[in-house]
Amino acid sequence: MSKEEHAGNGHTEDLGFWRKYIFSIDHKTIGKQYLFLSLFMALVGGLMAYYMRWQIAWPETAVPGAGWIPEPTAYDGIIPPEFYNALVTMHGTIMVFFVGMPFLLGAFGNFLIPLMIGADDMAFPRLNMMSFWTIFLGSLVMIASFFFEGGSASAGWTGYAPLSADPIHTGANWGMNLWILGLALEFTSFLMGGVNFLTTTVTMRAPGLSMFRLPLMVWMQITAAVIFMLSVGPLIAGAILLLLDRTIGTGFFIAERGGDPLLWQHLFWFFGHPEVYVVLLPGLGAIMEILPVFSRKPIFGYRTIIWSTIVAGVLSFIVWAHHMFVSGMDPRLVMPFSITTILISVPFAIVIFAFMATLWGGSLTFPTPMLFAIGTILTFIIGGVTGIFNGSAPVDIYIHDTYFVVSHFHYTLFPDVFLGGFAALYFWFPKMFGRMMNETLGKIHFWWTMIAFNVVFIPMFVLGLGGHMRRIYNPLQYDFLKPMQEMNQFITWAAICLLIGQIPFIINFFWSLFKGKKAGDNPWNANTLEWAAPTPVPHGNFATVPSVYHGPYEYSLPGSETDWQPQHLQSGPTTSA
Amino acid sequence: MSVAATASEYQATHTIRGKMGMWWFLASEIMVFGGFLAIYILYRMASGGAWAAHAEHVSATIGTFNTVLLLTSSLTMVKAFEYIDADDREKARNFLLFTVLLGVAFLGVKGFEYSKEIAAGYTPLSGIFWSFYYALTGLHGLHVLAGVILNFSLFMMAARGTLWPKTQGRVEYAGLYWHFVDLIWIFLFPLLYLSY
Repeated sequence: MSKEEHAGNGHTEDLGFWRKYIFSIDHKTIGKQYLFLSLFMALVGGLMAYYMRWQIAWPETAVPGAGWIPEPTAYDGIIPPEFYNALVTMHGTIMVFFVGMPFLLGAFGNFLIPLMIGADDMAFPRLNMMSFWTIFLGSLVMIASFFFEGGSASAGWTGYAPLSADPIHTGANWGMNLWILGLALEFTSFLMGGVNFLTTTVTMRAPGLSMFRLPLMVWMQITAAVIFMLSVGPLIAGAILLLLDRTIGTGFFIAERGGDPLLWQHLFWFFGHPEVYVVLLPGLGAIMEILPVFSRKPIFGYRTIIWSTIVAGVLSFIVWAHHMFVSGMDPRLVMPFSITTILISVPFAIVIFAFMATLWGGSLTFPTPMLFAIGTILTFIIGGVTGIFNGSAPVDIYIHDTYFVVSHFHYTLFPDVFLGGFAALYFWFPKMFGRMMNETLGKIHFWWTMIAFNVVFIPMFVLGLGGHMRRIYNPLQYDFLKPMQEMNQFITWAAICLLIGQIPFIINFFWSLFKGKKAGDNPWNANTLEWAAPTPVPHGNFATVPSVYHGPYEYSLPGSETDWQPQHLQSGPTTSA
Repeated sequence: MSVAATASEYQATHTIRGKMGMWWFLASEIMVFGGFLAIYILYRMASGGAWAAHAEHVSATIGTFNTVLLLTSSLTMVKAFEYIDADDREKARNFLLFTVLLGVAFLGVKGFEYSKEIAAGYTPLSGIFWSFYYALTGLHGLHVLAGVILNFSLFMMAARGTLWPKTQGRVEYAGLYWHFVDLIWIFLFPLLYLSY
């Protein structure tokens, strides 16, 4: 690598605007780029949710604020079925692949891993830059797909064949091809990112920082990276086959040409289920950093948490067919997959109990990051418990493809991506941007989001148990759903509230970016190495390579004058921030 | 562990980054091809022998010839790395060139094979076996092409002398990739050419 990259600190001034802010190879800038991309895409995904919810609550009426969408996508704000299907598909795709992963892995993985391990940057800074621009291109491709004839992909975020395998079924030809291309770019981006995360963590840790002294956030990031890299391969192969089916007319997933549509489901979920944990683990990792800091206690069961998540990661590779209990696979496979699925709740229950035990008896304070962290745990528990219902085949056959499932996975992914992600953002914002976020707005944001989210999704469980199917355009077409329509309208109002509740956050984010209270190096009195770096963190991070003498969570040590013990200091912090 | 790692150990870990990055990349590649081959094997088993008639038409002779080319190129790659290690720059450069040429020869033979099959009427649309044949060998061919480009760029650096003194380690990483491409072929060859 060239001289100016790591010649030391104070060389950032040499770089022009483009190299410093746009085509930067600094992991912190790249992390922020991921952050802005994911927040923007979250707005896009949220807008889609609003359009969808309006259509469900008041079918085929003009959606307020959708009048700008040109024909034939929408007609004066009235959403036709094709566009509704596209919204369902793209909401899922964008939220999982272009919000969840770039937010939790892209932004916080890139920003935190080198800082937390006391390194000057990632192992491959240029590859890191490429990974961001690859997903950026992928996002553009995804958004562009709306503007092609037939609209964007509309076969569901799972892209089940044969819907996805032949344009004849959905009418979306280039939209669907671009969906595959956009996902391929996203996968490539995170494969590059994964190589970087793993190599950096294994080879560049500061002296004294053994693997079992790593902050759990780093453990969660690298575990997620391994899970992603080992699960996405078969789907990449499948995506190539799907593209061949669509473009040159092979028949890998088309029964009348000798293929098997069910194969796509296997390939998708072999990746799709581990993918859930790829998004989940970094969100939990953020919680694992935040809980000890605001409890002033060591995390409970450090090694147990690591092993539990590794066990969950391994198990996640043998649960995929629980998504396919009604797909017509061999019934003899149902029981094994039910068992592994229910088994996977054990390691996660251990992690949740470790969280509770960390809180137990701690000196709790409740600034915004802590509130979001506790909110994550509370809501995630509901997601986890309802997962057991879905995993039991006899129950799943009844609730499959209903709003119960929709509510379940929103209860796992929303707390993780948004509540956990917001916790992380409020917590590390001072280190990222050198300023504190506003506490009052933060608390308004938390309570509003937390209440609105539950008001949206608890009724959805009821809808699902009432047999309300997911992905239907107009519930009023079904007599048995008509009594539930008022609940649908209630959910839509609550969803609109949930979206409006993000306005305090947006104001807070931009206001704090420029006008927030200046943050010291270590505003939370936390132990881990990122707080030992000066704020704002210079290019190259640390003036000298820090040596590590302690584990990451040595709070309130008996006999210590202070209640925290930074990892890089042999004894006691000398200055308070 | 106290402060076990010394400053020199810290430096030493930096030199293995490239190799480790390549290994992680190859791990994900194994899953791509592993998944692909698993799909192929499952389909083939489910076909109940109906594919055998198709599979008979591939040319085991050409396949064997290509196997020899690719295996030999792995040997020349190892030799290139060996001479990098011994700091014999001229021989290292030559063996890099041999590797590139053998890779190009493999692709040439593959192209000839494709044209022969297509001329005989076996296109990617002539049934699911042929779809797999072209998809698998095509994806593998793209990997060979990437390896050829990688090795060629290393050869050019060696020819200009810019490979040394800092970046000669890349020959080892390229070698890992090249052997991986070779290994994939070792799986493809019996599955596609010999198992009818």
